[in-house]
Amino acid sequence: MKLLVLILAFNEEKTIQDVITETRTELPEADILVVNDGSTDTTKQILSQQTGITPLHLPYNMGIGGAIWTGFNFFCRRDYDILVRIDGDGQHPPTQAKNLIAPILDGKADCVIGSRFITREGYLSSLHRRGGIKLLNILTGFLLGKKITDNTSGFRAYSRKAVALLTKDYPFDYPEPIEVYLLHREGFRVKEISAKMRERSGGISSISLLNSYYYLIKVLLTILVNFIFGGKNESVSDRPDPNP
Amino acid sequence: MNPYPIVPIQILSIIFSLFLLVLIFFLIRKKKIREEYAILWIAIFLVFLLLSVFRGLIDKISSLLGIQYQPASLFLILIGCLFLLTFHFSFVISDMKKKINTMAMKIAIMEEQFLEEKKDSA
Repeated sequence: MKLLVLILAFNEEKTIQDVITETRTELPEADILVVNDGSTDTTKQILSQQTGITPLHLPYNMGIGGAIWTGFNFFCRRDYDILVRIDGDGQHPPTQAKNLIAPILDGKADCVIGSRFITREGYLSSLHRRGGIKLLNILTGFLLGKKITDNTSGFRAYSRKAVALLTKDYPFDYPEPIEVYLLHREGFRVKEISAKMRERSGGISSISLLNSYYYLIKVLLTILVNFIFGGKNESVSDRPDPNP
Repeated sequence: MNPYPIVPIQILSIIFSLFLLVLIFFLIRKKKIREEYAILWIAIFLVFLLLSVFRGLIDKISSLLGIQYQPASLFLILIGCLFLLTFHFSFVISDMKKKINTMAMKIAIMEEQFLEEKKDSA
């Protein structure tokens, strides 16, 4: 069972070192892929000094979705079985990554989300954002007929099949809630488990206050379009080349 | 008697439409605009030319649509054309963004592979 940990880093010079070290201690058997999403600070230099990780440097800031998609493509090109996504800002504790992997190893789920709101422990995001998160949860819950408590959490593990599906037609901007929707629509099992997150120790959120409204509208639009038109998957020729 | 005697603005419009048409063909020839993006422009300039040459067309369109004020139909047609163009641009930009992202992703993965191989052979 080959495991790949995908760490996303955009200007995370303060935290990336600790996240990598912690991940390596917790999951010594895993390969670590760090996608540097066009950082403008010293993240790139820090990464090039590390040994035992695979750093990918995007030529410009693609945004969180683009960085994830790049990681997914890397995963698909190698013979990995499970992918765990951890953010480089230290919010997602690698100590809990094993809990995310377990249901996939047992064959009980294709995607496992670390939810902040099952036991409501740890850092729960600001009040302002929690409102948006709640609205998204209710709406997607309604569309899916299934309760999701933390649709925006990026602390996730995926089976190979789930990654392959998402890589085909990845939602580039603000992908988390749409991922859940796409997976559910294709009959994949999405499971939530409780995760205790930390307040980010460095870096800035990919979603600022003003952007959070844009986020909300954009995600609602994507879900709505997918829901109304059933969401077409792209033709085979548009799919990423599995053997470059 | 011709109900639409030729007026100066009509001559000006015809000349201008012809100029735009010639310009777009010139730009295609100079490879400044790709043919696929020029088709819509040519179609729009042909509409301009048509409307300039046959002044009665606007009146016909107006009465057909129930528009009392004929110049309004002219603006309607113009705005419609501009809408088409901007939609077309959005479409092209989205397509380009997708392709650029694919290239960035491939570059990142290939660069890493390249550096790894260089390290191995050293």
